[in-house]
Amino acid sequence: MTDRSKTTSVSRRSLLKGAAGIAGLAGTGTLLSAPYVHAADPKVLRYLGTAVNEGDEISKKCLADTGIKIEYITATTDDVTKRVITQPNSFDVLDTEYFSLKKLVPSGNIFPLDARKIKEFDNITPVFTKGELPNGKKIGGQGTAPWKVLYLDGPNSKTFSATPTEWVTLIPTVYNADTLGIRPDLIKRPINSWAELLNPEFKGKASILNIPSIGIMDAALVVEATGQYKYADKGNMTKAEIDLTMKVLTEAKKAGQFRAFWKDFNESVNLMASGETVIQSMWSPAVTKVRSMGIACTFQPLKEGYRSWASGFCVSKAVAGGPKLDWAYEFVNWYLSGWAGAYLNRQGYYSAVLSTAKANMTEDEWGYWMEGKPAKSDIKAPDGTLMEKAGAVRDGGSYDDRMGGVVCWNAVMDENDYMVRKWNEFIAA
Amino acid sequence: MAVTIDTSPDTAAPAESTFRKLTMRSIAWLQAGPMMLVFALFFLLPLVLVVVVSVWDYNEYEMIPALSFRGYTDTFEGCVANLPELCTILKTYLKTLKLCLLTWGLTLMIGFWVAYFLAFHVRSKTWQIVLSLLCTIPFWTSNVIRMIAWIPLLGRNGLVNQGLIGVGVINKPVEWLLFSEFSVVLALVHLFTFFMVVPIFNSMIRIDKRLIEAAYDAGASGWQTLVNIIIPLAKPGIVIGSIFVITIVMGDFVTIGVMGGQQIASAGKIIEARLSALQFPAAAANAVILLGITVLIISALTRIVDVRKEL
Repeated sequence: MTDRSKTTSVSRRSLLKGAAGIAGLAGTGTLLSAPYVHAADPKVLRYLGTAVNEGDEISKKCLADTGIKIEYITATTDDVTKRVITQPNSFDVLDTEYFSLKKLVPSGNIFPLDARKIKEFDNITPVFTKGELPNGKKIGGQGTAPWKVLYLDGPNSKTFSATPTEWVTLIPTVYNADTLGIRPDLIKRPINSWAELLNPEFKGKASILNIPSIGIMDAALVVEATGQYKYADKGNMTKAEIDLTMKVLTEAKKAGQFRAFWKDFNESVNLMASGETVIQSMWSPAVTKVRSMGIACTFQPLKEGYRSWASGFCVSKAVAGGPKLDWAYEFVNWYLSGWAGAYLNRQGYYSAVLSTAKANMTEDEWGYWMEGKPAKSDIKAPDGTLMEKAGAVRDGGSYDDRMGGVVCWNAVMDENDYMVRKWNEFIAA
Repeated sequence: MAVTIDTSPDTAAPAESTFRKLTMRSIAWLQAGPMMLVFALFFLLPLVLVVVVSVWDYNEYEMIPALSFRGYTDTFEGCVANLPELCTILKTYLKTLKLCLLTWGLTLMIGFWVAYFLAFHVRSKTWQIVLSLLCTIPFWTSNVIRMIAWIPLLGRNGLVNQGLIGVGVINKPVEWLLFSEFSVVLALVHLFTFFMVVPIFNSMIRIDKRLIEAAYDAGASGWQTLVNIIIPLAKPGIVIGSIFVITIVMGDFVTIGVMGGQQIASAGKIIEARLSALQFPAAAANAVILLGITVLIISALTRIVDVRKEL
């Protein structure tokens, strides 16, 4: 009897053990099995891009107009590139910047769109296609200027074409000319040169973008502005030029010039609004955001010119040949048809097809944002909040003045690997 | 299936015992199996991949599966040529170790006394639980919010500076409060003291109270009791807490980046910069180096106290 009761107790323990083991296995099973996938809606496009262009308003309006449901996948610029390289099947439409193309195109993971299927392609601003303003004025092309990487030799080609073909790497959507943002109330004197970024007067109150390839270009603009050196191409430096530029940056860092480097839109707004920095490289909507908090902030035009960026659409290789490719064309055509362009223009960016955007804006809005005219009535953001009072003039003036003043474009250098190593050295200095 | 043993209680003893032994063994494996599987799939396999990738070559957009020690040689670039000046990687690790040491020392001091208070001064279980939960408050916010929250406090026009100016201690705002090593260590201590409190508290609560009474009866002073009884018995907790804090701080790049204004080098930041530039093999090589150094520190710590024996 005692023997029997012993057996029972042991086996009860074993039973428990066994059960625990099985429960554990079941748990693992849940971990390993694929997540539940909803049945696909008729027309869904997974849109990979940065938060900058991914407005809820745009996806809502697109669904209403075309029946295409846009699912945003939001990542930082670097992470977008990383995702295209490592998980090309995880998105359908890609919204990215032209400078990433030097990495994306050779990877073979993206599929160019056919210009003949884009209704407004011929109306796209010549900034993209020829590197000139609509009025014919040539603009600066240092760095990865869009027209250098706009066309491919063929649909599956990995080389850029110097002459126009129908295979377009990225259908242009949005672009802008970036410069320094300043706090005029704290600086109290006119600023008109990139040299001011590293002026010891602003020691501990300056900032740059924490993206090495962009930060180094801002530094190069300073180097040229102070007359220390003239680069053949600020967006594609030689090793010696990288050394020289990083030396200038390192000296400034050691002297305590920089308060902090920023990586995120909100960080840049916070640094500026709190007065931690008074001069820093910035994005146009961030300046507007600071101003909407009732704090003086200027997107200061500088005599050396602007550093520009541009982005556009292409699709994942996985989409080519399927029905999603047709939806992608439909979506891109809708995007260029005016509503989205007007939406972007009202945020302080520029739309690729100016004529359709103009048709969707009031004369006053167009005058303020694009022609550098004083606003006749209050200027409102797309969500209806007040951005500028009547009478205000846009910093930097008209489209022609701002885009015409571009000297270089965000870029990836041939010596990128060396530059990243030097950047780490700079941070450790 | 465990029930099957039970069905034939009258079978011959030797056969049953062999059978049971086998079943027991398979059950033990079954129990350990899920964890082993998870461990192998999500820890060992990725680790092996990282080591393999670290000796690959790469270009602008892809990893090339050809043997190359570029990731390593680039990392140690200038370490011999630039002597006596330190190379990037040495400077970076010295800085990381300095931050790590400061954070470890401070979290240990604060964590030990918080745990001591919780274990020996708070009598009721309920209050012990409530107060330990209070220690988790720093985890209630995200890094982004934390970054934004520190500016109004430590910034140039922040509360601390305004307070000090108001009192008349300083007449100009001090700059080193934010985006400095000070603010990095402050944020790290603020975040990770909890990881010290929990294991030390756990060790202390298990100290037999009679030992303390005996020490008191034998005429030991408070200090003697602390040094000779409490600290030695709380050692496993101290070592476990130290392992937590050291491993986290060695690999941290988010807090150091955010609080240091992205201008303070850390081992994790080097890896991040490489990853952002799609230089995966170089990032992997740096990760292997970081892992090696962290393992060295941890094994040195476990030399001091055999955690497994003490638990």
